[in-house]
Amino acid sequence: MKTVFQMGAGLGLKPNHYPDAFDCAAEGLWFEVHPENYMVEGGPRLAWLEAIGSQHPLSLHGVSLSLAADCPPDESHLKRFKALVDRIQPALISEHLAWSAWRGQYHPDLLPFPRTVEALQRIASNIQRTQEALGRSIAIENPTHYLSLPGHEFSEIEFLTELSIRTGCGLLLDINNVHISAHNLGFDASSYLDAFPAEAIMEIHLAGHAADPGNTQLLIDTHDAPIAEDVWQLYRRVIERIGMRPTLIERDDNIPGFDVLLAERARAQMLLNIGNRRVSEVTI
Amino acid sequence: MNTSLASFQDAFIDALYERNSTEMTTLIEQPGFLVYRNTVLKGSVDALVANFPTVERLVGTEWIKAAGTVHVRQSPPTDSRLLQYGAGFPDFLNAFEHARELPYLGDVARLDLLWTQVHCAADEPDVDPSELANLSPADLALSRLTPKAACRWAWFPDNPAYTLWRFNREERDIPDELDWRGEGALLTRKQAQVCWQAASVADCTFLDACAAHLPLGQAAEKALEVQPDLDFSELIARLFRADAFASVSIP
Repeated sequence: MKTVFQMGAGLGLKPNHYPDAFDCAAEGLWFEVHPENYMVEGGPRLAWLEAIGSQHPLSLHGVSLSLAADCPPDESHLKRFKALVDRIQPALISEHLAWSAWRGQYHPDLLPFPRTVEALQRIASNIQRTQEALGRSIAIENPTHYLSLPGHEFSEIEFLTELSIRTGCGLLLDINNVHISAHNLGFDASSYLDAFPAEAIMEIHLAGHAADPGNTQLLIDTHDAPIAEDVWQLYRRVIERIGMRPTLIERDDNIPGFDVLLAERARAQMLLNIGNRRVSEVTI
Repeated sequence: MNTSLASFQDAFIDALYERNSTEMTTLIEQPGFLVYRNTVLKGSVDALVANFPTVERLVGTEWIKAAGTVHVRQSPPTDSRLLQYGAGFPDFLNAFEHARELPYLGDVARLDLLWTQVHCAADEPDVDPSELANLSPADLALSRLTPKAACRWAWFPDNPAYTLWRFNREERDIPDELDWRGEGALLTRKQAQVCWQAASVADCTFLDACAAHLPLGQAAEKALEVQPDLDFSELIARLFRADAFASVSIP
C-alpha cells in the first residue's frame, strides 16, 4: 500500500536484508537501490523489490547512465530504466555528475571531467533526454574527487546550479563525497556546503570512507564502514540550514546486520527531526 | 589541457588501461589517478567473483580474482548490468593456461551462469500437464512444448561438472569416490527459488528439440536416438514436475 509519506532516513537495500526490510516499521524509513541491479526480466529479486515497495517508499539511484559522457544516454538502457520506473513507481530517481560508459565499454566507476561550457551543454541535454524518457525529474549527485583536474570553467556548485536551472533537475547532496573531496583537493567542506543551493536538494547521502591503503594521504569513498563523525557534523550543519530532506545511509561493502544499519539510520532520523523543528521555528 | 570532452574521455580511458596517453601526464602523475584505475578493475573483478560463487568455492577467492583480472583486461564489461557480466568467463577458463589441471572449471562456471539466467528470467505461468492427457496420439505427436525462460539445461560429456557444481553450491564436501563420466543438469525456478537436478543426455536432447520448436513426436525421436531405452512418459512427467514448460501448443 502506497500512502502519503514523509521520507526521513533511508537505507540502501541489500538482498540479505529483504525480509527485515519488508517487516521494518521504523518512522520515515525508505530504501534505495541501484536500478542496474534490478534490470532483469523477472524472478525473486524483482518480486522482493516490488514487495518492499508496497511497504516503504523506494528510490532508484543510477550509477551507469554516464550523463557526463560526450554522447547521448544509451536508449536501450533508458528503456529498461523506464520499465523499472513504471513497475516500481519510485518516490525518487537520481544519477551522478560523472561518466562511466564510453565507446561501447562500461567502466564501473564515476569518472571525472573538466567542467566546461561544452560539458555543461552536453550534460544538460543528457539530463533532459533522461527526464523525457522517464517522464520524471531526476536528482544529480556531486561526485567524489581524487584528482586536480585542469581546465574547469565552473566551480562544481556553479555547474550543478546551472544544470538545475537549465533542466529542472534536482540535486542529490552527498556529504561524504564533499568531505572526501575537500580533504583530497584541499578546500573547505563547510563553505562548500553553505553555498550549496538548498532549494534544489531533493536527497542527501551519507556514507563511510577510508584512508587510502596505498599511503597517499587520500580518502577513498569505500562505503564499507560506519559514517565518520566529521561527516555527521557536516550533516547536522546542513540539516540545521535546510531542514528535512530524505537522507540515505549508503553501505555497499562489509555489510553488517540490518539492526546495525537501522541504528545508524536512527541517528540520521533523530538529526532530521531536530533540524526540521529548528528550521520550522525560524520560518515561523 | 585544452581538449574537447570526447578527446578528454578517449585519453582518460587510454590512461586508465595504461595505454599510450601522453595528454594525461598531469593526471597520471597524481596519486588519485590510481584510485580510478583500481576502482574500475575492482568493480569488474568483484562482479565476476559474485557471479561465479561455485568457481570461487572450488579455486579460492585469490585464484578467481587473479583469473578474473586477466579476463577483465581481455574482455571488460560492455553492459552496466554487472549481474550479467561474465558470459565469456566459462570459455575463458576452458582456455586459461593456469586452469589446465582443472578441465571441469569452465563447465562449473557455465552452471553458475545458468543459475543467474534462471534466477533473473521472466515470470511465466505454469502449464497444466493435463492439457496433454486427452489428446489423440496423432495430436500429441504434433503438439509443441516451449521451455520456460527460467528453464536451462546443459550436458557435459567429458566430466561430472554437475556433481562438482552441486556439492560446492550446496556447500558440501565432494565425495571421495567421484564417478568420472559425463553429466547433465536441469535448472528451473519453483516458488521463487532456483532448483537443480541431474539431467540425462536424453533430457537435454529433448529440451534442445523443444527449444527449437520441434513437435513432440520429433523431439521424442531425437531423445530416443541418444537413449534407446528411454522411458519417455517418465521424462515428460519429471520435466513437468520441475516446472520446465511455459506453454503447450496443440495443433
